[in-house]
Amino acid sequence: MCLAIPAQVVELREGDNAVVDLAGVRKEISLALVDRVAVGDYVIVHVGYALNKLDPEEAAKTLALFAEIGQLDASPTVH
Amino acid sequence: MKYIDEFRDGALAQGLSEAIRREAKPERHYHFMEFCGGHTHAISRYGVTDLLPGNVEMIHGPGCPVCVLPIGRVDQAIRLALENDVILCAYGDCLRVPASGGLSLLRAKATGGDIRMVYSSADAVELARKHPDRQVVFFAIGFETTTPPTAVAIKQAAALGLKNFSVLCCHVLTPPAMMAILNAPERIAIEGFVGPAHVSTVIGSRPYEPFAQQYGKPVVIAGFEPLDVLQAIRMLIRQVNDGRAEVENEFTRAVDRDGNRKAQALVDEVFELRETFEWRGLGVLPHSALRLRPAFAEFDAELRFASEYQAVDDHKSCECAAILRGLKRPVECKLFGNVCTPENPVGSCMVSSEGACAAHYTYGRYRDA
Amino acid sequence: MRDYTRPLDLKNGRVEMAHGAGGRAMAHLIEELFARRLGNEWLAQGDDGAVLPAPGEGRLVMATDSHVVSPLFFPGGDIGCLSVHGTINDVAVMGAKPLWLSAAFILEEGFPLIDLARIVDSMALAARQAGVPVVTGDTKVVERGNGDGVFITTTGVGLLPVGRELSGRWAQPGDAILVSGTLGDHGMAIMAGRDNLGFESPIVSDTAALHGLIDALLECGADIHVLRDPTRGGLATTLNEIARQSSVGMMIQEKALPINPLVAAACEFLGLDPLYVANEGKLVAICAQNDAEMLLVTMRKHPLGADGAIIGSVHEDPHHFVQMATALGGKRIVDWLTGDQLPRIC
Repeated sequence: MCLAIPAQVVELREGDNAVVDLAGVRKEISLALVDRVAVGDYVIVHVGYALNKLDPEEAAKTLALFAEIGQLDASPTVH
Repeated sequence: MKYIDEFRDGALAQGLSEAIRREAKPERHYHFMEFCGGHTHAISRYGVTDLLPGNVEMIHGPGCPVCVLPIGRVDQAIRLALENDVILCAYGDCLRVPASGGLSLLRAKATGGDIRMVYSSADAVELARKHPDRQVVFFAIGFETTTPPTAVAIKQAAALGLKNFSVLCCHVLTPPAMMAILNAPERIAIEGFVGPAHVSTVIGSRPYEPFAQQYGKPVVIAGFEPLDVLQAIRMLIRQVNDGRAEVENEFTRAVDRDGNRKAQALVDEVFELRETFEWRGLGVLPHSALRLRPAFAEFDAELRFASEYQAVDDHKSCECAAILRGLKRPVECKLFGNVCTPENPVGSCMVSSEGACAAHYTYGRYRDA
Repeated sequence: MRDYTRPLDLKNGRVEMAHGAGGRAMAHLIEELFARRLGNEWLAQGDDGAVLPAPGEGRLVMATDSHVVSPLFFPGGDIGCLSVHGTINDVAVMGAKPLWLSAAFILEEGFPLIDLARIVDSMALAARQAGVPVVTGDTKVVERGNGDGVFITTTGVGLLPVGRELSGRWAQPGDAILVSGTLGDHGMAIMAGRDNLGFESPIVSDTAALHGLIDALLECGADIHVLRDPTRGGLATTLNEIARQSSVGMMIQEKALPINPLVAAACEFLGLDPLYVANEGKLVAICAQNDAEMLLVTMRKHPLGADGAIIGSVHEDPHHFVQMATALGGKRIVDWLTGDQLPRIC
């Protein structure tokens, strides 16, 4: 729930702040809720805070799974 | 947009849709509740229903913090603005919720209340810093996704030694609400839950395990995008077909079993459980909401302004309560689409773009025509 | 004695109540800040009204617009050029050639003169580039706290040639729907400038005078039924207005909508839908289906229509719904805007 979007950390700032970039739009947010975030990492941003890091490997796996599902044969014995 | 566009891809959606069609047994009827309002919104906005076979039905749940906010709580916020002359900061979502006396926060603003929309809790702290001569109250609503940001704001205010910042805390919890649905006296057919995306990044997947174990209902945590929702539905269908009731995670790129420990610790430091809390639609639930701990009592607006909650009934024809529990559909409410519209909402389900009524009215009412 | 008037102190001067009082101070402000910068024979005459030639065969079109935009200066423009473009466009979408503009200012006491000069210069440039002079105007001053710096109301008059009539009520089932370019640029450029929503982006307002593009479209021979410029409330509002006026339904294709990826990203951040975000330099054109391709080619040849696209079609619908086939393959309606678009947390 709750509108949160994945964005890439492009700059670390003082305090707990950082700048994230989503397709060219940059915003300053707080990293107070996450640890060990580096420039280049993707984080999930909600109301100006990063809630979590996004795992690119898992993202890739999920997409690959979607693609695979789409290619399964429409055989009635799939159940 | 990376990690967004790929999860909205039409071709992949078709593939998932066909897989669902293949796997849903034609002789069965599947009812799944998507708990979270964000999913309700995604389903409506992308027309996911069109990609599901007729025997797979989505029931909208109460996971919309604006929708479950009782009138009395909005009244409290309005009173603080109008009677205590505070700067009342609120998220955009709750500004239009209809409260008592024909008011909403937006209408109260029009009558002179200093009510300001903020994007982040940090903005409220900043306002307090900038206006030391005014009291600033942050109307903190939201499920577990939104609570950690409030905790950070309160700690920030404490660190800054602010004497003019406080929070009207209406943060609520997901598992008790799910339990209320499952414990409801009315039997509604729900074969499984699509679990919230971002709440789960914070709390992890573990809290849902009792529902699977004790109530025998599968839960699949789904990401925020339409492909995530489709895949989660497919995973639920599989569990039902296999006779399994487990917690599965579709949103592996952001959710694990433990969740965000740092955020959880911060929340635990600042907040404690209220014994009871009234929810719109679900009634009074025990241990389902939060208030500030004694150590942070000076930031509790209810204490600072001796502000008390007074329960107010919904409009007698408003079916928000039944709709939030999945008992009725928006079109089954007498007021839907005539007296109650997004322009003139009678109940909160019509206000938030995630509310079942607003989502159906705004995106889907052509289906009823 | 020689008549000596001290020049306005643009660097440090501010608007004062006297500037609106009708006396010498006001005359001075008008002369130096408005008339000289907007530079034309009518303002130079300094009469209460401008005497204009009767424009010839055809009918008159008149349109008016008030501008209360905040912030006053935003990426890609300001309230000055916005007020010129907006009214020119309102006249031009009726099929009329814009001829003259008037401009009424409500100034807040204390507003810096240097900013006012910037705004007027921007208006002057926009008017010159469009070939539509501001021939008459008015100035009032309100006390500090009772205004947002500057409010501007512009009224425009144009000539509609004999035999031409465009109206929102002429859309017919089977017609094609086109837009002239990317959606939501203006609204997001404004949002970027708002304090607490502050995000940094190179998004620039699309504010522009569209009468040149409109001329090209009307001259190309396509059977155009409706022309409108979607402003506040976005494309969604304009389509719903037309659907209601014409008593039809519409179906648009989400994949066909031209949207700048930066605008899409900014909307994601705030939970906004680009379909509802304001534009200030775009056209919606509804034409006979057979002429759609020709109209598109003509549109794209013009610099203001380079990103034009065919986005959908009109059909019979007693409910006048504007529907959209989503990129996902599902369907939804694109409803009227409710209240103000507020950024979401949920």
